[in-house]
Amino acid sequence: MGMLVNFRDWIDARFPLTKMWEEHLSKYYAPKNFNFWYFFGSLALLVLVLQIITGIFLTMNYKPDAEMAFASVEYIMRDVEWGWLIRYMHSTGATAFFLVVYLHMFRALLYGSYKRPRELLWIFGMMIYLALMAEAFFGYLLPWGQMSYWGAQVIISLFGAIPVIGDDLSLWIRGDFVISDVTLNRFFALHVIAVPFVLAILVVLHILALHEVGSNNPDGVEIKKNKDENGIPKDGIPFHPYYTVKDIVGVVVFLMFFSFVMFFVPEGGGYLLEAPNFEPADPLKTPEHIAPVWYFTPYYAMLRAVTIDIGPLSAKFLGVIVMGAAVVILFFLPWLDRSPVKSIRYRGPICKIMLGLFVVSFVVLGWLGTQAPTDTKTMMAQVGTIVYFAFFLLMPIYTKIDSTKPVPDRVTG
Amino acid sequence: MSGDAVDTSKRRFLIAATTVVGTVGAVYTAVPFIASWMPSERAKAAGAPVEADISKLEEGQLIRVQWRGKPVWILKRNQEMLTALPGLDDQLRDPASVDPQQPEYTQNGTRSIKPEVLVAVGICTHLGCSPSFVPEALPQPYDPNWKGGFFCPCHGSKFDLAGRVYKGVPAPLNLEVPPHAYISETLVLIGDDGGAA
Repeated sequence: MGMLVNFRDWIDARFPLTKMWEEHLSKYYAPKNFNFWYFFGSLALLVLVLQIITGIFLTMNYKPDAEMAFASVEYIMRDVEWGWLIRYMHSTGATAFFLVVYLHMFRALLYGSYKRPRELLWIFGMMIYLALMAEAFFGYLLPWGQMSYWGAQVIISLFGAIPVIGDDLSLWIRGDFVISDVTLNRFFALHVIAVPFVLAILVVLHILALHEVGSNNPDGVEIKKNKDENGIPKDGIPFHPYYTVKDIVGVVVFLMFFSFVMFFVPEGGGYLLEAPNFEPADPLKTPEHIAPVWYFTPYYAMLRAVTIDIGPLSAKFLGVIVMGAAVVILFFLPWLDRSPVKSIRYRGPICKIMLGLFVVSFVVLGWLGTQAPTDTKTMMAQVGTIVYFAFFLLMPIYTKIDSTKPVPDRVTG
Repeated sequence: MSGDAVDTSKRRFLIAATTVVGTVGAVYTAVPFIASWMPSERAKAAGAPVEADISKLEEGQLIRVQWRGKPVWILKRNQEMLTALPGLDDQLRDPASVDPQQPEYTQNGTRSIKPEVLVAVGICTHLGCSPSFVPEALPQPYDPNWKGGFFCPCHGSKFDLAGRVYKGVPAPLNLEVPPHAYISETLVLIGDDGGAA
């Protein structure tokens, strides 16, 4: 034992090991009233690690070449020892990542976790979300199936809608006049090194910002306002061992669901891995029905919802603007919300109804994005898009006029 | 100037100058990296014209050939299809093909050199999917009065059998007609019209 202590002291004299351990785990005081919704941050970290490890092993057998990519994925699935498991772990992990991140973001909406002083924390989180979308998009091209090809074709064409520079921009992204081997190769580079690297840095920034301001909680009460004589928040408990142990429970339950999907329904009925992606990419033929993977469908539905030109602006360009704005507007959330209270627990009925409508619109848009377009469904998507934006654009008004309940001084347990 | 005094204005000037020069250097260094994403010489050279033999093409039939990696459709329309075209004008965004989506020699009612043979790039002008060929004039889920044409499954854009875009759909422009010319009665050259445009 003495030797270990000496070794630790030797390191501490040269590197802030104990200091970091205490700052971020054993003496990081988190509110004692975390509930179910607080599992998803640590689960997101778990999935990130899972994706990096499975991804590294996939690159050992994958070939980023238009002639060989599809076959190399089939090779992984059929011939590589346990290759199918590693591949399905990675593809299920992508879905799990978005699911966990969406629930994590919803938690922030519920309890006002983006509000002052956590604006930067929220912005780093949003940047992680953007990086994650890029990562998923680049990754989906790699199997070089029909959906990979035509999905990328659609998304890259979005940039072509930008006036003046659009055509050159999409040419620059593709590196060719059509999506080709060149595109595949660069997407591979972006998917396996550039974006994961950015993602890792953003995760560090996100956690540093969190530990600087301290975690919010379901009551939206700042625990730092009530400290004991040692300067420790009265309603805080050390993250380790209390929340590390609690999170292990979350991890176990999560892995049960994860394993179920991975082993029994890895294709998720065509929502997680789409049927046309089991055919090699064919530049001459678009699949009959094309839809993105579920985590992009709400935005996809909004893109399709715009069918009218306004003056010189084409519906195509406006659709792209609406789609982009739907993501960008999330960044402004901390400044759109004018409510004097953070948590939904102490907010009035208008805020609750608006949040409910927002969730419904997001889910309905997500469903519509998977469906073939018809007049009725386009109209539903238009209504959904309006509700989605109303939640944000009317927020400065309804959060201000809505009634509130008195917020307690201490967390309520 | 006494020994300990610091001339902050000089120091600020030097910091600003260093930053400016450093930024210029960084921008120039970025150029090769950004330029490396443009199409390579090999990709640019691969855009050669292609020939298509239409001697076996029957009325109402569509064939696909690949030009610059894109699908190009060659459709031989029957008399019925051709007769239906002018009647659609009021439902179309650009019935007279005013937008420069075709060479001048196809800027006519059928958007073709030979009235019956349509040559068009089979890429939707919305977001680049390849629309489906739905020639029959039968009611469709997306249009109960369907007169035959192309339907894009991605975002529901509709085109008639001359590749002209309908109103009220996301695609902004008619389908592109590539430069092409007839080498003989039954041989089309796609991608080169000998400068006829």
